[in-house]
Amino acid sequence: MEDAGFILGSYALVFGAMGVYAWRALRGGRRLARQVPDREKYWT
Amino acid sequence: MTTIDPHEAAEGTAGDEAGGSADQAVRSRGRSGAGPVVGADTYDATTGTRGTRLLGVATIIAMAWLVVFGLGFSPEDRDQREAVRLLYVHVPTIWIAYLAFIVTAVSSAMYLFRKEHRLGWDRLAGASAEIGVVFVAVTLVVGSLWGRLTWGVFWQWDARLTTTALLFVTYIGYLAVRRLGGSHQQRARRSAVIGLLAVLLLPLVHWSVRLWRSLHQEATVLDTDLDPDIDGLMAFSLFVGVVAFTLLYVWLALHRTRALFLEDALDDRGLDAALVARRAEAAPVGRDA
Amino acid sequence: MSLWRIARLVAAKDLLVERRSRVVTNQVLPFAGVTMVIFAFALDANQQVLERVAPGLVWLATMFSLLVLVQRSFAIETDDGALDAMRVAGVDARAIYLGKTIGLGAQLLVLEVLLLFAAVILYGETIRVEGLVLLVTTLISATCGLAAVGTLYGGLAAGFRGRETLLPLLTLPAVAPVLIGATRAVEAALGTAGAVVSDGWPWVGLLVVFAVAFGVGGALAFGPLIDE
Repeated sequence: MEDAGFILGSYALVFGAMGVYAWRALRGGRRLARQVPDREKYWT
Repeated sequence: MTTIDPHEAAEGTAGDEAGGSADQAVRSRGRSGAGPVVGADTYDATTGTRGTRLLGVATIIAMAWLVVFGLGFSPEDRDQREAVRLLYVHVPTIWIAYLAFIVTAVSSAMYLFRKEHRLGWDRLAGASAEIGVVFVAVTLVVGSLWGRLTWGVFWQWDARLTTTALLFVTYIGYLAVRRLGGSHQQRARRSAVIGLLAVLLLPLVHWSVRLWRSLHQEATVLDTDLDPDIDGLMAFSLFVGVVAFTLLYVWLALHRTRALFLEDALDDRGLDAALVARRAEAAPVGRDA
Repeated sequence: MSLWRIARLVAAKDLLVERRSRVVTNQVLPFAGVTMVIFAFALDANQQVLERVAPGLVWLATMFSLLVLVQRSFAIETDDGALDAMRVAGVDARAIYLGKTIGLGAQLLVLEVLLLFAAVILYGETIRVEGLVLLVTTLISATCGLAAVGTLYGGLAAGFRGRETLLPLLTLPAVAPVLIGATRAVEAALGTAGAVVSDGWPWVGLLVVFAVAFGVGGALAFGPLIDE
């Protein structure tokens, strides 16, 4: 595949960025969820 | 002199959804015959549920599927060669971004035009816009990389790219408006108005930019149209991309909306705790009167 | 009192404040003039380039001046809580919005005309007679759109600390269609790069739609935005 480096790199960049965003969302959510009792959460 | 139980106070203000279910929980516990329960609060440290875990797994599988097809099975394009592989990411991200901003607009309307003004809609609007901005950023970056491969330049002032760039900045502005402070209802109302105005703006921006660029003879012969010569397998790869990013969007939206709910709940508790503390300070004076 | 009567009163108040304080005349107009001069520095005073981009520079200077004008327009309200006082007194928010938009638009129009003259003098532009109708129509329709957007976002960004910096971020993307349309229309009116006058009219159509859309949208949105 020509330009393989470019294309693989782009995919890696996209998944990396999405992954970082997802991880930060989860981590922030955990930090917040720890401070609010479950009875107040509408999804538990 | 009445004292105020911080938990009761919090329950009363901690958001629309929590109030109802919390009452039900207390009532159901009471019905089991043990009398009023001062139940130990559990603190499950996650915004996830079984549903989101399932969704998360599905997303990862779909992404893997996209990689396999996008980087592996799908053929190279006749004109773009291997660069077309970037489109299996680039096109879905912008479509899902549009979806996200439409969700923001609809949620904003649901908040603004209904009498109850439920904050849940505002939080969904905010979460969706945030995800939309991330997706547009990805669109722009991948688009630039694609442009580098096909046009030889990272940027072109064609209608689509220009509009996308303006879209990005517009919703950055929306997110900034969300952070202006004030009460949750104030934030919600402001953001809802701006969210709806943004949607009003978009067709105008699109129209003006399209008209503008259509008048200019493109200096290069290269086609700025992003649609490749669609071959069945390519179309399928694109479809896989759309599925994968849609799942990701839904998963992120659920988590972020819940996180925003938690932020608001903590805000409210902080306020209630402060009120309790202030009233406690006033107590000695009251007793003498 | 009818909507229009109140709007006229609000606009008259704004223009009276300006006449007495002369802040726009003494500060904003010179600022606009200075931007026209420093554009020449940035473009190395290349006569051909300047003539070619003059319409764009005129509108760029207008956009930057718009931000300052909007901030001024709302500074006079928030200094003594006048906006809140009007709302508490039951004045219709739409009337306040229309009034402030008209006041802002009038100042903007004067500024644009002066900027055009500056372009004639500094960049060697010539205003041709056959493009005059197009030119005037463009100025009016673009001004209406800019004033509408400016007043709306100005209301949002007014008053609280740390909000004024939000105004440019919100306003500039929103007025992009006006910048595009007005520049192309003025190019057609002046004959820049061989444009013919008839090229400009579709752009005026865009400007009118923009002005109407934001005029109506702004009038509706202004109340909820300032009522906090």
